[in-house]
Amino acid sequence: MSNCSSSCTCGTPEPDERPVDAARRSFLKTAATAGAVALAPGVTLYVVGGPAEARAPDQPVDPKKRWGMLVDVSKCTEDCSACVTACRTENGLGALDDPKIDAQWIRKVEVNDPATGYSRSLPVMCQHCAEPPCVDVCPTGASFKRDDGIVLVDKHICIGCRYCMMACPYKARSFVHEPLSDQKPYAPRGKGTVESCTLCVHKVDAGELPACVTACATEGNGALVFGDLNDPESDISRRLKAYPTRQIRADLDVDPGVHYQGL
Amino acid sequence: MARITYRELSRPKGFFVGLMTLHAVVIAAGLAAFYYMEHNGHIVTGMTNQVVWGTPHVFAVFLVVAASGALNVASISSVFARLTYKPFARVSGLLAVSLLIGGLAVLVLDLGRPERLTVAMTTYNFKSIFAWNIYLYTGFIVIVAAYLWTMMARTAGRYNKVAAYTAFAWRLILTTGTGSIFGFLVAREAYDTALLAPLFIAGSFAYGLAFTVLVLITMCRSLGEALMSEEAVQKFRNLLTIFVLAVVYFTAVMHLTKLYGTKNHGVEAFLLVDGGIYPVLFWGVQIVLGSLIPLLILNFTAFGRTRNGLSLASILVLIGGLAQMYVIIIGGQAWPLQLFPGMEVSSSFGDGAIAAYTPSLPEVLLGFAGVSIAMLITGLALMVLRFLPGEAVEAAQAGG
Repeated sequence: MSNCSSSCTCGTPEPDERPVDAARRSFLKTAATAGAVALAPGVTLYVVGGPAEARAPDQPVDPKKRWGMLVDVSKCTEDCSACVTACRTENGLGALDDPKIDAQWIRKVEVNDPATGYSRSLPVMCQHCAEPPCVDVCPTGASFKRDDGIVLVDKHICIGCRYCMMACPYKARSFVHEPLSDQKPYAPRGKGTVESCTLCVHKVDAGELPACVTACATEGNGALVFGDLNDPESDISRRLKAYPTRQIRADLDVDPGVHYQGL
Repeated sequence: MARITYRELSRPKGFFVGLMTLHAVVIAAGLAAFYYMEHNGHIVTGMTNQVVWGTPHVFAVFLVVAASGALNVASISSVFARLTYKPFARVSGLLAVSLLIGGLAVLVLDLGRPERLTVAMTTYNFKSIFAWNIYLYTGFIVIVAAYLWTMMARTAGRYNKVAAYTAFAWRLILTTGTGSIFGFLVAREAYDTALLAPLFIAGSFAYGLAFTVLVLITMCRSLGEALMSEEAVQKFRNLLTIFVLAVVYFTAVMHLTKLYGTKNHGVEAFLLVDGGIYPVLFWGVQIVLGSLIPLLILNFTAFGRTRNGLSLASILVLIGGLAQMYVIIIGGQAWPLQLFPGMEVSSSFGDGAIAAYTPSLPEVLLGFAGVSIAMLITGLALMVLRFLPGEAVEAAQAGG
């Protein structure tokens, strides 16, 4: 095998150094993230060597990755909605104060077992399924899944038929019922089109964490873990391997990218 | 056997002109409603993030389903060689096309971005039954137009059988596709059943025939009762009875199948017992008013053997059909998605809660405009081309 220089981008690892590098990188990631959280609460969290490496706009999405999220339900409290507020602020979701019409890309759901009285509060958003029903039913292909697993809506070819909203098992999508103004340039929205959680794709592509994850770490209880499900060394993969988790409506076999621990 | 002659409505009388004017006014109101909704967004409708398909979809699906069924009379005459129906085959084909155009108009005008219709026509995801339906609908219009051409052009008669069989097969596939739009929605308890396809086909037979009968009886007012023979009235009466029974049968089987599984008891109780407006529409309008009363009128009263009796039964069947679509489409969405089966859930997004929906006036106007578009197209076509049977009808029917 050829020896690649440190500046090479061919992706071939230097075999002898890989395990050490991975461990060192993982440690630095964790330390940097923890440091940033501890030192700069309330400030936008830039991930130093975080879960994503910045992707140039002209570079293709890495199909080896599959972005996903782990929700530690035991840490999520009923009185906290930092993730919801952060999502609204980040993506410019204005409120008409009509819960039937307002777009909600992430929401807190209270779950109660009527037989035992056991109850939990947890966030539900687009589950970024591996086999997304919304993508299957979209007549124009506006609903699509990126190679890295993020499910998005192409606002240019969404005709607003709402069939994806009928098909989504998670009620994760919202329809823009009203004219909009003051949109965020990185999160375009449009009257008459359907939208949902993008996993803050603009931040992920820049090597940052989704806004909800950052807010949960800084203002909430650190219940959200974001990362590459295909990377066995990622924090999320290690936790998925170590603890029992479940996906919502796993019986539908759509393989959601969002997993829940302690539910 | 005498050759059947056909004619156009060359000198429409006051009643027909009045009816066409009424349809034009309804269409104008519907277009104004569309402009209002398009300009302001769906916020001015009763639709929400819980009930995403509202009254326009009820009318649109109803008309699309009725369209394929309107072809019945033509299919029975050409495919099953029943000559009694042959004089009405052209009207049947015309109605099939016009009802479909009316339904599609409502569907398109209710899109969030109707100006992107060209996108829908040029960018396809072939895994979507919706995309397939775009082909099925446009294909249906082309095939039925060709079928009409083989019926109406002297030189094209030799292609009639091929066109008739193709149209018959296509209409069955089309309605299967329309039913599958709902049947394929695996996460929604009210849907997720293959029975929706045959249910929609049975519905199409009943609603399509009801529309055909009403148009023919209306034209009798302008052209005289000889347009439709007494034998034809009785044939239509029997046919409508069979089709309504078929709808009742598939409806019963669908609900009984659902009721067998305990997991569906909640949604079934909602739709059939304690869901407010939906059980009222199901039992009161679809079953009693739209099925049982027409069956009683048609089969157990002398009135049912008359044209007025057949007209009333047809109107009731159509009202029952609209109620059926309302219960399926709106009721099916009002029942919440089960994210955590067996658990009680609540959220600010309506999780676990029955969704409220009240149709807005613009939605209703747009829906009725779809019906009027179909009827106006039919009326205008009857005036310019020879769709209606002429004087030789009785002689032709003697051979049927």
